Amino acid sequence: MCNYTCPPKAKLTELERQYVLLTQSGLPIVAQPYHFIAERLHISVADVLAMTKDLKARGVIRRIAAVPNHYKLGYRYNGMTVWDVQDEHVQAFGQAVGRLPFVSHCYLRPRHLPRWNYNLFAMVHGKTAEQVQQYRIQIKDLLENVLQLRNDDIDQARSYQSNDILISTEILKKTGLRLKR
Amino acid sequence: MSLILTELQQNIINAYQKGFPLVARPYQVLAEQFNSSEAQVLAAIRQLDEAGALSRVGAVFNHKKAGASTLAALAVPAAELDRVAEIVNQFDEVNHNYEREHSYNLWFVVTAYDENALAQVLTKISELTGLPVLKLPMEAAYHIDLAFSINFATPSFSTSTAHAQISQGH
Repeated sequence: MCNYTCPPKAKLTELERQYVLLTQSGLPIVAQPYHFIAERLHISVADVLAMTKDLKARGVIRRIAAVPNHYKLGYRYNGMTVWDVQDEHVQAFGQAVGRLPFVSHCYLRPRHLPRWNYNLFAMVHGKTAEQVQQYRIQIKDLLENVLQLRNDDIDQARSYQSNDILISTEILKKTGLRLKR
Repeated sequence: MSLILTELQQNIINAYQKGFPLVARPYQVLAEQFNSSEAQVLAAIRQLDEAGALSRVGAVFNHKKAGASTLAALAVPAAELDRVAEIVNQFDEVNHNYEREHSYNLWFVVTAYDENALAQVLTKISELTGLPVLKLPMEAAYHIDLAFSINFATPSFSTSTAHAQISQGH
């Protein structure tokens, strides 16, 4: 019945690429959403489900879900909190921050010294500016003992801080994934 | 404008930010869980979609594995912000662009077919804007679900209260 087999590499097959192109802006809201993909890709529904399952297993698809529009639901304030966490602690504490109920994304990213010294990013969402600041304080309490102290390498031109928050003032563009053909 | 959501709609949003069952008729499964019918669940989701409460229903891709992706930032002089934002937004590869309060005040996500194409877009943005691009690709994700519970109660200034309400959403 099911002809779809898992390709050995993480790289996408041509059929999978077509699947991504077809579904990146969402599935139709109908009783049988995978029938739509099956028809377009000229494969069976069982194959579409198997391919989706495999893409999930390989981490290409994080999940099939209803993605809320936070702004419309009253979460008008989002703050990107950024932290200079000691490298040896960043994994354990990153996971702890990621588990906080008000954090939607928590990522490790590279530093670019001296321009940018923060390596841990945690996105928080709130209905008021005060709420967002409170969340920052809660993360700070959690990270207090593992934040980097850069006393040795502070130069005259720049003083490093161990954390910061970047509040979004305007959404200038927001779309889903847009891979080109 | 605020939305008034039914209990079914609140349940759907909170339960299914993290994932729909991967079956041919997912709304049938949801309906059973919420003591509802497939038609009612579909109608509730359509209504949410039409009201703009959903960005979309469907696959959430890992940009890194579906292609190549990075977060990027520019430190733009205030007077040039509109001009620079317009340049950045014209790229199809840019799928989020936020103005933020910081010396790095323009933050955007660039997604391309592969690393090569990604590098080309970043170079092009730097050339057109005349500004160096801060490249911050994801090295590890500590919260892969990218979902958090929506607190449908009115805004609270008390963090402990808000925290409790959000936790109950799970």
